[in-house]
Amino acid sequence: MKFITAIIQPSKLDAVQESLSGIGISGMTVSEVKGYGRQKGKSEIYRGAEYDINFIPKVKIEIAVSNKDASNAVENIQEVSNSGKIGDGKIFVFEMSKAIRIRTGETGEEAL
Amino acid sequence: MKNIMVLIFLMISLSSSAFAQDVPEHGIFILNSLLFLIGGFLVMFMACGFCMLEAGLVRAKNTTTQLTKNIALFSISAIAYYLIGYNLMYPLGSWVVEGYFSALFPAIAVLEPVGVAADAVDDLSYASTASDYFFQLMFCATTASIVSGTVAERIKLWPFLLFTLILTAFIYPLQASWKWGGGFLDEMGFLDFAGSTVVHSVGGWAALAGAMVLGARTGKYVNNKVIPMPGANLPLATLGTFILWLGWFGFNGGSQLAMGTIGDVADVSRIFANTNTAAAGGAISALILTQVLYKKVDLTMVLNGALAGLVSITAEPLTTSLGAATIIGGIGGVIVVFAIPLLDKFKIDDVVGAISVHLIAGIWGTLAVPITNSDGSFVTQLLGIVIVGVFTFIISYVVWTILKSIMGIRVSEEDELKGLDNSELGMDSYPEFKQ
Repeated sequence: MKFITAIIQPSKLDAVQESLSGIGISGMTVSEVKGYGRQKGKSEIYRGAEYDINFIPKVKIEIAVSNKDASNAVENIQEVSNSGKIGDGKIFVFEMSKAIRIRTGETGEEAL
Repeated sequence: MKNIMVLIFLMISLSSSAFAQDVPEHGIFILNSLLFLIGGFLVMFMACGFCMLEAGLVRAKNTTTQLTKNIALFSISAIAYYLIGYNLMYPLGSWVVEGYFSALFPAIAVLEPVGVAADAVDDLSYASTASDYFFQLMFCATTASIVSGTVAERIKLWPFLLFTLILTAFIYPLQASWKWGGGFLDEMGFLDFAGSTVVHSVGGWAALAGAMVLGARTGKYVNNKVIPMPGANLPLATLGTFILWLGWFGFNGGSQLAMGTIGDVADVSRIFANTNTAAAGGAISALILTQVLYKKVDLTMVLNGALAGLVSITAEPLTTSLGAATIIGGIGGVIVVFAIPLLDKFKIDDVVGAISVHLIAGIWGTLAVPITNSDGSFVTQLLGIVIVGVFTFIISYVVWTILKSIMGIRVSEEDELKGLDNSELGMDSYPEFKQ
């Protein structure tokens, strides 16, 4: 199984969620994060004092998928959240060794 | 025929009595009292305004403490003014040093008895004592509110409240007695209609002294750079500003001290209109100036600008025309946009801009009086400003210093970084994950 973490632009969240639903990925965890990559921060002024904002708000999506669905999911996310501009984000894929559904105790791919 | 004669006679006598007087004497007492009651509760709501403004401009980790300070200081001022302040401020002729010092521990405030009759009231030509007491109490509380914003995010709760007690029991009432209590400043011809100096500058001086003794927030000034610490809740800050704007109609309007004649109610009306337009002038000048200087409008400056406009007109909200009031307020707005970063240059850390809004714009407002009021003179105004300033600043500085050496007024650096809500109160304002 694979665990996929995607850092995307907040405005793309709805589109990604819809698209993943469309290919049968039925669950995800979403969190508000801040970060930067090559997209540098910006400079603002608060009450006359200039300061750098290095961390840009992003959204992190985490999904657990079967090996079969993994590359499909990654492609999907990349297509939908790609705007062609710096700051679109990144996708990371991890090997996942275990999954358990808390309510029923199912394990492995049954739990996804 | 007889009925027609009666009718004509009635019409004539009614129409002539309409020109003979505005209201019967008891009516004046009642309407004046009404003005104080309405003005009073409007100014009370300014305590909420200050509270929300400050809550919005501090960081989340210090919010509960700020809220606690505000409701506590408001309550303390009520007790202090009742026990000492009211009669210290209004000695009604019985001074220890005529015109300068009324008493150290004057009598506590006493209201007229229940159901008092016209022949037993304290001053039939004025207003009910309770309405006068209630109204004036709110001004005392306002002065205390001003200080709490400046010293936020690093001051300890109880030493601050102790300072508040001394400010509201002694410092504010004593200097106010010199002007509104009929003391030497009043005799001198110093003019301050609703308190640009007596309330706002006094709060500002006390705040300045506090900021200097307290020191800046940790990490605020690093290597000659100013590090912004943006407020956690701008909707609250804006709400607070609008509430202050509303309350100011009571603050300035009530200071007419009378509403029982055509002239007086028309004056109160002028004051409301002038007060509003001064706020607008201040807001707009901050709006334009921040756009020009920083290429982006700064909401927090616009809020401060509106308040500075209000403070600027407070010394003379009656004699100005609408146009003059707008300009006087507008200049107040310009003042704060420059004063706020200027204080940072001097490493005086004022979290909400209270010194700029209340002290500096308060000085401007006081000086502006002779522009539209020929009874005033710049020299007298300046003299009053300096006397009140020296008195308030020095006494406040001494009190803050004494408190610092007895109990310390600043939390430890570790506690400051964790946040006052954690270290002083153990209670978060925003404890859960936001949805």
